[in-house]
Amino acid sequence: MNMSLNHLASPDDASTLSRLRDRLGLEAEAEGLLDIAYTTIDSPVGTLLLAATPRGLLRVAYDTEDHDRVLDTLAGRISPRVLRAPRRLDAAARELDEYFGGRRRVFDLPLDLSLSAGFRQLVQRHLPEIGYGQTRTYGQVAELVGNPRAVRAVGTACATNPLPVVVPCHRVLRADGAVGGYIGGSDVKKALLRLEAAA
Amino acid sequence: MKQPFEKVVEQNGGAVLRVCRVILGAHDAEDAWSETFLAAMRAYPDLPDDANAEAWLVTIARRKAIDVLRARKRHPTPVGEIPEASGVAPSLGVPGAEDGDLWQAVAALPAKQRQAVAYHYVAGLAYAEIAEILGGTSDAARRAAADGVKNLRKNYPGAAREGAPS
Repeated sequence: MNMSLNHLASPDDASTLSRLRDRLGLEAEAEGLLDIAYTTIDSPVGTLLLAATPRGLLRVAYDTEDHDRVLDTLAGRISPRVLRAPRRLDAAARELDEYFGGRRRVFDLPLDLSLSAGFRQLVQRHLPEIGYGQTRTYGQVAELVGNPRAVRAVGTACATNPLPVVVPCHRVLRADGAVGGYIGGSDVKKALLRLEAAA
Repeated sequence: MKQPFEKVVEQNGGAVLRVCRVILGAHDAEDAWSETFLAAMRAYPDLPDDANAEAWLVTIARRKAIDVLRARKRHPTPVGEIPEASGVAPSLGVPGAEDGDLWQAVAALPAKQRQAVAYHYVAGLAYAEIAEILGGTSDAARRAAADGVKNLRKNYPGAAREGAPS
């Protein structure tokens, strides 16, 4: 007698487990246990990871950032109570879809900025003031936040933006007109600028 | 650092489901599975980083399943669920045996023996826990499991080559 549990797998396990996992997401949400809900969506700039706390959208991550690593970081920094539970991300997914379809210019989502602090968070709070289709230089953003000498720090704040696309760090360029770096790569930054220029 | 709870569900959801099914049968197993993972998610931030997540979850699952049995005061039919699973079970650890045969032999045991065998050898319950479910004493549960194994050895000779865990 050596009956192992692994030998009792049944063919309907996969669908049963998928149903149970959906149910767990809903019940965890109802019981206030779901500290971080996430989902992934397809976009013209690759698969995007969206993660939210009960307070708001916490993280948007490009494929190139490695979604598993991003989730590990969120588990370590915010809470390990993390589940794939798309419902909390429905509004964000819809607005991003509209944005990539050229039908949305402003995001209207509650944000949770707890992944950044201090000057970086200050910069990220001001970035949405740069309107759709417009651009600013790092120096202009430094002036915008009342610290005109902090050009490099503005660059760092843009580079560490936890909410790319939604918080439009892609609208900040170098003073010489070059697009500058971007968390999703400079090609993605150019693609977003082209999208906004065309609409 | 602790991994996201989603990974814990992904890696252990199947094992927990099988424990719950063996103890409760297919339908009630799903409630026990949900309660197990909700309780685990609540406690997860306090679980030591180096803890064995599967052992931890299976322990919670057994307790939840026993709670369900107690609360509903009805008798489980554990092994009745298993024959449909046997078609895909690659092996039950019995060399050269067709799994279906073993499950048929298990299913043919008298109810108490069948339950004691399934709870102890498949779900990993202690005899004291089995006694709670079946009624009677731990010794009676141990005897029922031993009689079940003896019967299996008689009706299913392949099983005799493997030592039974105590």
